[in-house]
Amino acid sequence: MTSPKRIGKIEFGLLSPKEFRTMSVRKIIWADTYDDDGFPYPQGLMDLNLGVIDPGLRCKTCDQKASECPGHFGHIELAKPVIHVGYTRLIRKLLRVTCKSCSRLLLSPEEIEKVVGTDEDSTGDVLSEKDIKKERVCPHCGEQQLKINFEKPTTFSEVQVEEGKKIEHKLTPADIRSRLEKIPDEDLRHLGINPDVARPEWTILTVLPVPPVTMRPSIILENGQRSEDDLTHKLVDIIRINQRFKENQDAGAPQLIIEDLWELLQYHVTTYMDNEVAGCPPARHRSGRPLKTLSQRLKGKDGRFRGSLSGKRVNFSARTVISPDPNLSVVQVGIPLAIANEMSIPVHAAPNNIDELKTMARNGPNRPTLNHPCGANYVIRPDKRRLRLAEGNLDTVADMIEPGWTVERHLRDGDIVLFNRQPSLHRMSIMSHRVKVMDGKTFRLNPAVCPPYNADFDGDEMNLHIPQTQEARAEAAILVAVQENILSPRFGGPIIGGIHDHISGVFMLTNQVRWFTREDILYLLKSTDIEHLPPPVKEEDGVPMWTNKQAFSVILPDGLNMVFKASSCANCDICKRDTCERDAYVQIINGNLISGTIDKKAIGAFDGQIVQRIIRQNGMKRAADFIDDMTKLSIRSIMLDGFSFGIDDEDLSKTEYGQIAEVLDGAVMDVQKRIRIYEDGQLEPMPGRTPEETLEMQIMQVLGKARDRTGEIAGRHLGLGNSAVVMAVSGARGSMLNLTQMAGCVGQQSVRGERIMRGYDDRTLPHFKKGDRGSDAHGFIKHSYKGGLNPTEFFFHAIGGREGLVDTAVRTSQSGYLQRRMINALQDLKVAYDGTVRTTGGRIIQFTYGEDGTDPMKSCFGDPVDVKGIVESVLKEEV
Amino acid sequence: MSTKLNVLEHVMVPDHKIMSEEEVGTLFSTYKITSEHLPKIYHDEPAVKIIGAKAGDVVRTIRTSHTAGIAESYRLVVKRPKK
Repeated sequence: MTSPKRIGKIEFGLLSPKEFRTMSVRKIIWADTYDDDGFPYPQGLMDLNLGVIDPGLRCKTCDQKASECPGHFGHIELAKPVIHVGYTRLIRKLLRVTCKSCSRLLLSPEEIEKVVGTDEDSTGDVLSEKDIKKERVCPHCGEQQLKINFEKPTTFSEVQVEEGKKIEHKLTPADIRSRLEKIPDEDLRHLGINPDVARPEWTILTVLPVPPVTMRPSIILENGQRSEDDLTHKLVDIIRINQRFKENQDAGAPQLIIEDLWELLQYHVTTYMDNEVAGCPPARHRSGRPLKTLSQRLKGKDGRFRGSLSGKRVNFSARTVISPDPNLSVVQVGIPLAIANEMSIPVHAAPNNIDELKTMARNGPNRPTLNHPCGANYVIRPDKRRLRLAEGNLDTVADMIEPGWTVERHLRDGDIVLFNRQPSLHRMSIMSHRVKVMDGKTFRLNPAVCPPYNADFDGDEMNLHIPQTQEARAEAAILVAVQENILSPRFGGPIIGGIHDHISGVFMLTNQVRWFTREDILYLLKSTDIEHLPPPVKEEDGVPMWTNKQAFSVILPDGLNMVFKASSCANCDICKRDTCERDAYVQIINGNLISGTIDKKAIGAFDGQIVQRIIRQNGMKRAADFIDDMTKLSIRSIMLDGFSFGIDDEDLSKTEYGQIAEVLDGAVMDVQKRIRIYEDGQLEPMPGRTPEETLEMQIMQVLGKARDRTGEIAGRHLGLGNSAVVMAVSGARGSMLNLTQMAGCVGQQSVRGERIMRGYDDRTLPHFKKGDRGSDAHGFIKHSYKGGLNPTEFFFHAIGGREGLVDTAVRTSQSGYLQRRMINALQDLKVAYDGTVRTTGGRIIQFTYGEDGTDPMKSCFGDPVDVKGIVESVLKEEV
Repeated sequence: MSTKLNVLEHVMVPDHKIMSEEEVGTLFSTYKITSEHLPKIYHDEPAVKIIGAKAGDVVRTIRTSHTAGIAESYRLVVKRPKK
């Protein structure tokens, strides 16, 4: 193996006209492409010397066929020189730092030495435009210098001041070229230009290379017509103008016409290079579409670099809509039979599996139902020839299989596949799952793995990739598997866990104490993998009874000891511990739930304390099993009682409606009173605030408080019998604020944290008097969603809602760009074996990874050691 | 008028020290690196100017860290390129 080489230096240079001519195989003079017979014109843009794209023809330069000839450059001799748009900045700089008559640097040798240093003691700096004062006299020939104006895209002019008037004198590319030609090599070196590879006059084109036809192939449309590439169109324009220019020049046309044609030629050459230059209308196709010229081929997302070189499309992948299946394990993914039949895994034939592979080949490419055994699509001989399996050749091919052959078999249950959802923002966006072939046409996944993918089922699509080698499958199984990624490296806690109904279900199961008969408890636990029921706690009329806490304890690992507060904890000043009336004090001793309610804090994604502890004590596999059991148990328990929410769940009684109206009327009156005080000039402004601001703050405060009061009133009426309350308290979805807005009062709508002030002169809507500062004129919504909004309230609500939408749209685009830049900056860094973070070149970024050398994924919510957890599991009580 | 500000006295500026040749030697051998693998710091950084480090010196900074409490880092002083 060759040892890795270091790059010594990179040289950037320009191509000279001489080089253009040497690399050219043909001078192009005709703008036409093909003659009436469809044969390329000699010396036309499709000349056979430039390479061939039509099958059957041979290249006149290299005598190879269309598929082998790489193509060859031609050239166009331009009638007059034109500027290359890409170098306008360099040309401007050179014109400004050199003398207009002798073309030497506008600095004396001493001044140069000050910046660059002497030959022996070089500072390593080069001269820049800033080192030269404007409009000075040349130190070499004494010529007065003029200011050089540059106008985008390619116009240069000199400004002469005569009798206070400014006269602009245009410089032609030929003038500029002759100036650049005269700059001595030595002066260029001081400017940081190596004249051996980049003479500045080469930035002005006298010869234009014509790219090979392979770079701009023409396509034949269905109607037999040829359609040329955008580049060819542009080259046709250039040649036409060039021809006309030459004819006019030879005929001795007036200067005005020559100048016009020169400018036109400059325009065409400019847009040929870059069709998006500032100050230049883009060249368009006949249909009005701007042409995609050289620069556009390289730039941007779909350009050569980001689109073709860094981004690749792959085989062995599938994409379809996703839908939930709570009966799957989190490590599984359901795959439609149609996809499983199309996708394959190569299996090498060996004596131990040859019979199995022969049967697969006999089964053929179509597996009609799930119950049929898996088949195969292709068989590969040792000489790499692929034999397609089809109805008719199955038995013959199957009999031919010997050790050394390869069979591309269908996907079947248990195969490992990579599953991905865009945008792939973190490592958990790609995880490997085990295949479960299913009916239907969608990918199925356990809802507990939605959080890492950030997936929902409103039409999301996901991608699936099949690893094709043993190494890839091993990596997928050991590093990328779902159970290896339950903990997020973002915060060292579980990112996979119960969501929505899992949390509601387990909350309703474990809250307070409930008793189950044998029938009930078996129904709850029938999908979990247990051998024995725990002994019943009591007998009622001879019927053995189990508690709800026992039902949950069954799925916990033995020897688990934890004490923590549930999400439903009200954070009382003095904790009542196991006598808590909300049952929020969770105690698990030796794998038994003693007291407390299991909810979001215990099993939820992002929080999941129990999941986190199981991973630390019993490992990833046990945690995945726990999540499977927990999801199944909670889904069964939520089905035991049923769980639904309707419009009448937002109903309150007459007393509450009375109280709410009272609170709101009081608040509105209070606001009116404060406005009166303000208008009388009696309002005492708060420190650092104007009276207006003070009033606004007071109003916001009063109305906010009123809204919260209505929530309390509504909350008094709605207890745990209400599904929305269960969801809010358990942390499954929504909050008490949502409930307040539905049943009590929607409250103040705001734009940028202030009451709504925009609209007409001195008022938000024509429904209000000018200067009205009242609550309803500035977006306070008295009604609840249930009660219904009046028209002005509805409009204010739309204003407030719009702000939220705009914010999200702006945030996603900004964070997406930030993410892209971070990825580009950090993608090749790795932690070396000595704990340092290094680049691929061995340069050190951090001396210890994260300064403490801790893998955040293996940390406990950021801390390297879970002290509380260790102490708790020893003492079996809260610390 | 000229009350010179010493940035090293500011609470948020970590401790900067020039490392002796011997220390630099041990540093290079522990990490199996040469000076070009070190992180860089410009010669005209205020803290570098105050401790008087010249291009080619190695500076040790000791700063407080969210994760580790105290973290050490070593940087090579380089000349700031023009522009």
